[in-house]
Amino acid sequence: MALGTTTTMTNDTILKVEHLSMKFGGLMAINDLSLEARRGEITALIGPNGAGKTTVFNCITGFYKPTMGMLTLQRKDGKEYLLERLRDFEITKLAGVARTFQNIRLFSGLTVLENLLVAQHNALMKASGYTILGLLGLPAYRKAVDASIEKAKYWLDKADLTDRADDPAGDLPYGAQRRLEIARAMCTNPELLCLDEPAAGLNPRESAALNALLHMIRGEGVSILLIEHDMSVVMEISDHVVVLEYGQKISDGSPDHVKNDPRVIAAYLGVEDDEVEEVIAEELDGGTR
Amino acid sequence: MTASTETGHPNVLAKAVREGVFAGVVAFLMFLLFVGIETYQDINNALVWRTRWGLLAIFVLVAAVSRFLSVGFIKPHIDRRKLAKAKSGVLEISEQKSFFHRHFLKIALVFLLVYPFLSLLIVGKQGSLKYVDNFGIQILIYVMLAWGLNIVVGLAGLLDLGYVAFYAVGAYSYALLSSYFGFSFWLLLPMSGILAALWGIILGFPVLRLRGDYLAIVTLAFGEIIRLVLINWTDVTKGTFGISGIAKASFFGIWSFDAGTTNNFVKAWGLSASSVYYKVFLFYVILALCMLTAYVTIRLRRMPIGRAWEALREDEIACRSLGINTVTTKLTAFATGAMFGGFAGSFFATRQGFVSPESFVFLESAVILAIVVLGGMGSLTGIAIAAVVMVGGTEVLREMSFLKVVFGPDFTPELYRMLLFGLAMIIVMLFKPRGFVGSREPTAFLKERRAVSGSFTKEGHG
Repeated sequence: MALGTTTTMTNDTILKVEHLSMKFGGLMAINDLSLEARRGEITALIGPNGAGKTTVFNCITGFYKPTMGMLTLQRKDGKEYLLERLRDFEITKLAGVARTFQNIRLFSGLTVLENLLVAQHNALMKASGYTILGLLGLPAYRKAVDASIEKAKYWLDKADLTDRADDPAGDLPYGAQRRLEIARAMCTNPELLCLDEPAAGLNPRESAALNALLHMIRGEGVSILLIEHDMSVVMEISDHVVVLEYGQKISDGSPDHVKNDPRVIAAYLGVEDDEVEEVIAEELDGGTR
Repeated sequence: MTASTETGHPNVLAKAVREGVFAGVVAFLMFLLFVGIETYQDINNALVWRTRWGLLAIFVLVAAVSRFLSVGFIKPHIDRRKLAKAKSGVLEISEQKSFFHRHFLKIALVFLLVYPFLSLLIVGKQGSLKYVDNFGIQILIYVMLAWGLNIVVGLAGLLDLGYVAFYAVGAYSYALLSSYFGFSFWLLLPMSGILAALWGIILGFPVLRLRGDYLAIVTLAFGEIIRLVLINWTDVTKGTFGISGIAKASFFGIWSFDAGTTNNFVKAWGLSASSVYYKVFLFYVILALCMLTAYVTIRLRRMPIGRAWEALREDEIACRSLGINTVTTKLTAFATGAMFGGFAGSFFATRQGFVSPESFVFLESAVILAIVVLGGMGSLTGIAIAAVVMVGGTEVLREMSFLKVVFGPDFTPELYRMLLFGLAMIIVMLFKPRGFVGSREPTAFLKERRAVSGSFTKEGHG
């Protein structure tokens, strides 16, 4: 399924977005956006409301087909996938990209444990010989089931949900639901985890726990791409920040670089119109990246 | 207000009278044209009308008096009891279940196994024909159909209003293949299932993109298409005349139930001739088919595919984000559900000995769906209970000839079954909005298997 190498990608780049454009009718939601996410890093995608962050996510995870552009994902074994050519479920299954949603999408009527088992669907499906061998109860399938439960237990422990494993997911408090959604995404064995506003609506304690969880996930060698509004979270955990405004990239670099970028400050805090031009003129003089 | 409810204060009675009169007025307006006036054809075939004031008065009185009683006496009584319970501190939720409750499934299975013999013992050969055939087999066919539909609607959350189409495919597969080629029931039973599953996939493909109401409409149309093909393709299906003289099932090819054959079951066992033996045999066949459906459903729910079905019902977008191919998942749900419909259909054909498109009208789909919804989507036990209530209730109505004494000699109680269906639905939905068994059993657990309350599960959006 690996599609021929089209770009020269070094092994430390996991995702390369090139000239991505997304049009909804007359609205240009994303306009010629290029960015890179490096392997083993936490890349944050920030920007004001309506900047097109979630649209970028939906393009990467296959929920939208981009109007233009190329999305290349390279796995650890060197295989490359052109994400815009894959169907949404194949992006998770083959390319190893998992995502969470801005408005939590758990299987609320299934228990916490079942949520994590559903996430291992493809592995279990294979082990069960596409249900037929599993109906016969072969030992190989039993072993796969045990392994899947062990894996679920591992992530339950990491997400601090072991006590609630047998409760329906819809019964969990908000912060726990966020953690469960991340744990569920991790159960698909991703190489790139895309988180859409994981800290939204969390209190400071839950937010700190989330940061610890994300660090832990990065420690496992999984790269993270996240959308976030909460600047404190972004500055604290991300290695690399990309700033969007009106579907275009306005800044890209380390958190410190972005924090002091006048265009970012202008976009976030707002400045007088004439000042914007000044700011841009300054930028141009200084020779932007 | 609390003081008055506690003591049966005159206020309550005044309110009850008011509400009773109001209910009477509403009932009068509602039933004035439905019940108060009747149209009929006279000797010249002209349509004329007459009034039924007496019957109308009964309806209005029943409505008014029952409203009066419920507001004035029953409700205060219930409130008093609740208050007393709350005061005494006894919780209504008790962990300790009764013996019957805990062993319900075992008791039910044993009862079903001895049921034909029980009826033979009690009412004899001729009498038990009715109990084994009309009650036993009829209910079990619906149990099987509802369990099959449960896979599509209850587990995968795909609203299918044309399920009877697969039942028809199964029935006609058996009827046509056995009368044209003379294949036996035991060969055609799996074949009808496979053919119905095939039709499930054929239906599934074009409608996969549709959700919710749109899916329901297309499946409804599909059910009608199948029926219309059966009516109009007269060369093969004989149209509305139907196919008669369908071969009986044999006892696994060892004994036949056809009179006059050398290996006749009755002769081989030296019994006196009666059709009841065949009915008892059919009862066990459909019981076994039901058990197969239940077994497969229970096993599949614990397999990755079954969990994917339930996940699909809960949230399709999340499913796709987890790498689940929703297309094949939906198709397998359609095909599996259709397969059981096909099994039931071929059984229906061999039991009736006659099939015609009349048996596969939309009403059948609606009844099967109503059983699934009443029983509690996803719950096998609840659905079986609902089938007993709904189908058994219809049969019981037929038996109520004493009602003729009350309502006059040309009163046919079974004509009112739809009225009772609707009434039962309203009552169940008022008191148990999630059906008889609204909770769901988790398919895996770490420490303790706890039922998931129905308030968390979703119905699915197609």
